[in-house]
Parts: sequence; structure tokens; C-alpha cells
Amino acid sequence: MKIGKKGIKEISPIDVYKILPRTNCGECQESNCMAFATKVVNGEAVIEGCSPLYTPKYTKELEKIQDLLAPPVKTITIGTGKRKIAIGGKHVLFRHEFTYHNPPPIAIDIADDTDPDKVAQRVRLIEDFSYTYIGRPLGLDAIAIRSVTKDPDIFREIVHLVCELSDLPLILCSYDPEVLSAGLSECADRNPLIYAINHNNWKEVGEIALKYSCPVVVSSQGDLSLLRSLVTTMIKWGIDNLVLDPGTFHGEQIGHTIHQFSSIRKTACSEFDPIFGFPLLGTPISVWAGGELSEDLNRWQEAYLTSMLITRYADLLIMHSIEGWALLPQLIWRFGIYTDPRKPVSVDPGVRIFGSPDAQSPVLITTNYALTFFTVESDIKAAKIDCYLIVIDTGGLSVEAAVAGRYLTALKIADSLNEFKAGDLVSHNYLIIPGLAARLSGETEEETGWKVLVGPRDSSGIGQMIRERWPPVEE
Amino acid sequence: MSDADKSDISNLIKLFGPGILELLKGKQVELEHVEIELEELELYLPIGGTIAGSYPTIHSSVIQDTTGPEIRIRPRPENLADVPFNPSSIPYPAKIREIKLGGARSDGGTRGSTVTVGGSSSLPFHDPQSPPPHSPVISLDVFDTPVPMPKALKNHVKDVLDDPADWAKMNVEQFGADMVTVHLLSTDPLIQNRSVKDASKTVEEVLQAVDVPLIIGGCGDPKKDAETFIEISEMAEGERLLLNSVTTDMADAKTLEPVCRAADKCGHCLLGFTGLDLNSAKELNRRIYQFFSPDRLLIDLTTVALGYGLEYSFSIHERARTAALMGDSELSHPTLSACTNAWSAREAWMNLGPEFGRNELRGPLWESIGGITLLLAGVDLFLMMHPLAVSTLRDVSTRLMNPKPLKPEMSEWVSVKI
Repeated sequence: MKIGKKGIKEISPIDVYKILPRTNCGECQESNCMAFATKVVNGEAVIEGCSPLYTPKYTKELEKIQDLLAPPVKTITIGTGKRKIAIGGKHVLFRHEFTYHNPPPIAIDIADDTDPDKVAQRVRLIEDFSYTYIGRPLGLDAIAIRSVTKDPDIFREIVHLVCELSDLPLILCSYDPEVLSAGLSECADRNPLIYAINHNNWKEVGEIALKYSCPVVVSSQGDLSLLRSLVTTMIKWGIDNLVLDPGTFHGEQIGHTIHQFSSIRKTACSEFDPIFGFPLLGTPISVWAGGELSEDLNRWQEAYLTSMLITRYADLLIMHSIEGWALLPQLIWRFGIYTDPRKPVSVDPGVRIFGSPDAQSPVLITTNYALTFFTVESDIKAAKIDCYLIVIDTGGLSVEAAVAGRYLTALKIADSLNEFKAGDLVSHNYLIIPGLAARLSGETEEETGWKVLVGPRDSSGIGQMIRERWPPVEE
Repeated sequence: MSDADKSDISNLIKLFGPGILELLKGKQVELEHVEIELEELELYLPIGGTIAGSYPTIHSSVIQDTTGPEIRIRPRPENLADVPFNPSSIPYPAKIREIKLGGARSDGGTRGSTVTVGGSSSLPFHDPQSPPPHSPVISLDVFDTPVPMPKALKNHVKDVLDDPADWAKMNVEQFGADMVTVHLLSTDPLIQNRSVKDASKTVEEVLQAVDVPLIIGGCGDPKKDAETFIEISEMAEGERLLLNSVTTDMADAKTLEPVCRAADKCGHCLLGFTGLDLNSAKELNRRIYQFFSPDRLLIDLTTVALGYGLEYSFSIHERARTAALMGDSELSHPTLSACTNAWSAREAWMNLGPEFGRNELRGPLWESIGGITLLLAGVDLFLMMHPLAVSTLRDVSTRLMNPKPLKPEMSEWVSVKI
């Protein structure tokens, strides 16, 4: 336990303010140093925003403040330039205590026994994988090159080839120092992550990590005492750019994985233990070593294991499956659990205008649950429709839950149409309601005097509906 | 010094201007506000010797961002340090209430099996020394009226869709359900408005078809649900049903008290439902306590689909469980998750193109991951539908509770041929 270290929730704005220059210079775009300090402790601003701190005059203060705010889990950088990735940097055990930072990058493996044209194909798949989720592109982050042949020359060639094809950050995977050296001779300047130091090779791979000054994984699968011993030895040697691999076990041993990851992270975040204060590597790719009979079964296991590791403290992941059905839930779950938990569940009710609607344009309604709204918003934008969207206050519940829980009723719809003066927006009186609120249509017509058109159950169908059914045919 | 080195230095001298060598003689120079851009920087430091006077000393922070090797002079440790890991395990002051569902003959019911939920005294799967005392319970859905359902779900139950009793039987016998949830959606006054007698008859048929404990789901209307629940409570006295659910709306519609009293009198359990808000959950619980024993109350804090806010559900369950274990008795109730809600996410059922293919796997994976995520947040009872998701959640929870001894070779992925 590190004595005197404060958790991020115990640090007050005053603690930070006391160390700042206190000149209220405004270079951080805040009105004064106290406002900046408050934002820093809330995680809404970073200390780099205070440029005076980075002048020689404040060297000591900078050091003090970095020490004060240092996360109990160190941040490690892999790769260089625009595509470099930062992993770790965690402050808390539970998402609701602060916000998880640095979503775990997902690396996909390439084995060195792969044909060069297949390598090119796989690199392309990794580079191109993308899914648009509430208007944001989600993708993959890194490539892990594995030495399957155990031949240094073959490994060097594959590393060379991958470097020519992609500038994604790399993880070089082998326990053989010669293989690792061969790989590093091709890409050390790209700051790859070396996988891995273990109890057999620590002297040799330690030298390599020192020589190239690259981040390195310390691996001790299933033995946390040995992991501590290795990490302690490396720190003593001056190697502290470390990532921890406690082993990712699957199938009947999956419980060990979850217990070990949780135990390490708790020791780091609750007890400020510096030895376990490094990012954790999860390797769901392990399931492929388990001898399952079907590839789809392996993908299935790898998929749910990855999601469990995203939930339980992995800071970096290596996967083999590149299939969209297996990757998609990972990318979306990673996005979700790394959002700020203080972000409201709801958006403000009111009228939203899309494109340039006129008096003939459609009027739609939805609820003010944030993700419902963002989904509908991104679907309307994608369909390029000119329309009005009335966002009804349902206490931040989705359409389905709001209808079931009576937060979205005919009366509520009528009140909202009045409140937001929907009648003044258009010259017709057709209202499009979500398909999931279809059961309210009769009552809504009575209550509002508007004619109800039932929209699709999923807002992705709005574009098609408008194309096919707007303007409505008069009865 | 080689000739090449000399020419490098003479270039430097040109850069700094004449007289620089003279100035540097026997001195150290500290460079500040200088950025040096180099592909690679090699410094040779003769260990143990003195450093030649004319080398400038470079402030170390200046070169931090270059990619060249840093200078290390710490010797390699001879042996591996021996630093054992002794994880600390601090017990929590409180635990979650333990509740039995289903009434056996000895309880005055007719159930052949019963289940017990709750009883946890530590955070879920954080401490191997303190596993939850009971396996998570899985209940499979039955509807009393046709509901829109993705193909991936419908395929498994298409032969029994019209018969809740047969459907319940299939859930138990083929898919291994611990419980069955009968959703009485046909009672909805805005749709079919079927009578409470009809609803009660459906439940009676299901009670005869299967002998696992039942969950009774209403239609969401606070008045109609109250009538239905009261009718069924009396019909199935002693069966220890779980009535899903009682809400703040019922309190507002003044139907909360009669439902609580009927359930209490006939020995059933209640599920308090609130929408992602711990304060309203506590508030509702306090109102229920007035008429009903806290020892038979479960809570549903709302399960949202992955991609539609699963993280809100996840965090609210973690907050509730942490608070309960720290002693907040208004939250120390077993929790229920309707993880079938996963299917409301378009990513679970929509054709997204060949690169996201295998819709028949993506859907059940969506339901599985939602369930497993909330299992890790401490949920005790799961409402599910897809057989593959059911078996996955079952496998994962069994293995989390009882991991088999480690086989390190099982994680040897680096050189495995795939």
C-alpha cells in the first residue's frame, strides 16, 4: 500500500488549486484557476490545459500535481503518431465512482505461418472493420503478430510485411528472445508492445526491452505471486513500462480469469499497490488453444469472454475472431461502459428540426431517453429527411418501457403537442408515432384530434416509411 | 573519436557559431526550451569514467519524446525477487435477503421444485472465497397472446405459440428452465382486454403443465394488473408465485395496497419495478413495506439492451449491490433482469450485411452478453428466451461459481496453429 496516496474521489479542487500558478491567466479557457482545478478533479479537463505549468518556473509544481493526480493504474502508450494507443490510466474499481478512461483497444492476431497474400487480406479486414453506432464509427485498434513457426527470420519477414501494409500499433508475440529481437529489428521505432517476459526468459527479454525501450508484457499465467515477483524484479532493474498478463483462462476455468483480474485491479485501485498498478492484458484468443471441435463454438466463447473482460478490468485485448457478429457486441459494449456515468439518461424534451422542413413536412414523436433519441436522430439524419421530431418527456424511459410503464400515454402526447405548439409547425394534422407505441394510436387520435400514422418498430425504418407513405393519402 | 563524429561536431559548431568551443571548454551547458528532433539518439556513457568536458548536458525531460533508447545504468538483478500475493478479503457488514420462490406441497402449493435467490454477502465473483450461496435462476417466457418476435426466437417455439401450457412444458423439458414466466398481455385494456378469469385460467393450465415455480407478468396497466394479480393470488394460494410487477403507478392508482395485501395473505412474492433510478426504487420499496414483508420482495431496476443503455443498467445494479452490502436494507433485495429486452436492439435481429453475418448467432449472443454482464453486476434471476443464451448463461454462471483447477496450458495461445 502506498502511504498517503489519495483516490481521485478524495482529491478536492483545493488540493489542485494550491499547486497551480494561481495567476488566473485564462490560458486554459477557464475564468480562473479554481474553476480549472474543479474541472480537473471532475475529469472534465486535463492538467495539460495549464500551459504555464509546463514552463521551467513550475517544474516542481508540475511534478507535484502529476503525482497527486496519477491514476493508480499507470498509463502505457503503444505505437507512435496518430494511431498510437494509450492503455490503463484507471482511477477506480467501479464505473459509477468516476469514469473509466482509455477504452481497451482490441488487437487482432496474425500468425507468422500465414501466406503473404492472406496476411494482406487480414490486415485489410482489420483496417476496414467499422460499424456506425449512433453516428460514430467503431473499429479495431491494433495487430498482434504471433510466432507460430518459432523461426526468427520468418517472424522478421512477417513483421516487415505488416509494417508495409499498415501503421496500426503492433504487439510482437513470442517467448523466444531471438524471435522478439528479429521482430524488433523491423519495427522498434514504432514503439510496439513486446509479448512477453516470463519466469524463463526474463533476463534476456528484459535486456531487449531495455535496449529498444519499448513497453513489455509481464506474463505469469495463473500465478499471481510469480507475477508480483517478476514485476518487482523488472521495476528494480529500471523497466517500468509494463503490462500485466495474469493469463486468460476459458471454459471450465473461466472463474479464475474473472477472480484474478478483479483481484489485481482491486489491489491497485483500492489499496494503491504499485506492483499491480499496471494495465491488464486480456487474451480471449486463448479459447483457440482449447481444442473445441467447431470454429463457431470457439468464436462464440471468445465473444462472450471478451465482453466479460471488457466489464472486468482488461485494458487491452487480443482476439482471433474477425467475424462481425462476434466483434460487434464488443465494440458497442466497450463504447457503452466507457461513457461518463454522470451523463444524463435523458435529453431535453422539445421540438427538434431536421433538414429544412416546411408546413407539409412530417411530424414524428419519440421519448427523451438519451439513447432512444440519439438512435432516432442518427437514423433521421442518415435517411436525409426534412421533418419535425417532438421529443416527449417520459422521465428518460425508452418507448417500449415508457408505454408499458404509462409514462407515454395519449394524454401525455396531447399535452406535449400543445406545449410545443406542434399545430403551428405544419398545415396538416398527421402524427407519426413509434411502432412500439402502436397500441396508443386510437386513444391518441381521440385525445389530440391528430390522425395517427404508426411508424416502424425500429427507427431504422423511418426512411423507408417516409418514402412510401408520405405524404399520406387522404381518406 | 572517428572522422565522422568529428564532422558531426564541426557541423554543430557551425550551427552554434564561432567561439562556442571556447565557451564550452571545461563547462557543462544546460539546454532549456530546446526541442531536438532526431530519428535516433545514441549517447555513449563510459560507465565509471569521467565524461569529456565538451559534451553538452541535455536536460532529460527534453528527450523524453524521442524514440531512441534511454540510458539505463541500473544493473540487472541477479535473481528473481520473491514477492508473494496475499489478497485481502474484508467482509461486508450486510447481506442480500434470501427468498424462496415456488410453493412445494409442504408449503401448501403443488410445485415439484422450488428455487432460492439472494443471500449474497460479497460482490459478485470478486472474491473466490465468498461465492454467491445460490446459482443464478433462469426463467423462460411464455405469452398468452401473439407478440411480434424476431425469427431467431420464433423458430424455437413456433409449434407451441398458441398454447401457453405446451410452451411452458417445452421451456422446462427442452430448454432447462428453472422457472416459467407467464406474460398475460391479453389482459391489456387497450388491446384485447381479456378478463381476469381468462388470465387466471391460463395460469391454472400452466401450473398443471409444469411443476417449476411461476412468475406472473401483467400488461402494464396499474388498475387491470391489480385485478389480475388479486384474482390469481387467490386462485393459486400457496404456490409462492412471483408477481411481476408492482409499480409506483399502482401506488398512484391506489391499487398497490390491495395487491400487496392479497399477495401477502396468499403467500406469494412481489417484484417491485422502477426505471433506472435508485431513489425511486427505495421509495417504492418503503411504500410496499407498509403492506408486505420485505422478506418476500424482489426488485427489477430495469434492464436495457446492449447498445441502448446496458451500461445504465450495469452501473445501477453495481451501485445497488454495493450499497446493500454496506448496509442499505432498502436495497438488499434479490434482483431480477429481463434480459430478453436484448432483442429490442436492432443489432440483435436486423440483417446488417454479410460482414456482420450469421444473424442466427448474433441475436442469441446479444441476449447472452446482456445476461452475463448483469450476472457480473450481481443479478440473481434472469428472464430469458433463446435456448443458446440460456445454456450459455447457465455454463458461465456454473463455472464462475465453481471453477475447475487451473490448467495453464489451456491459455497457451501464442504459438497455437489456428
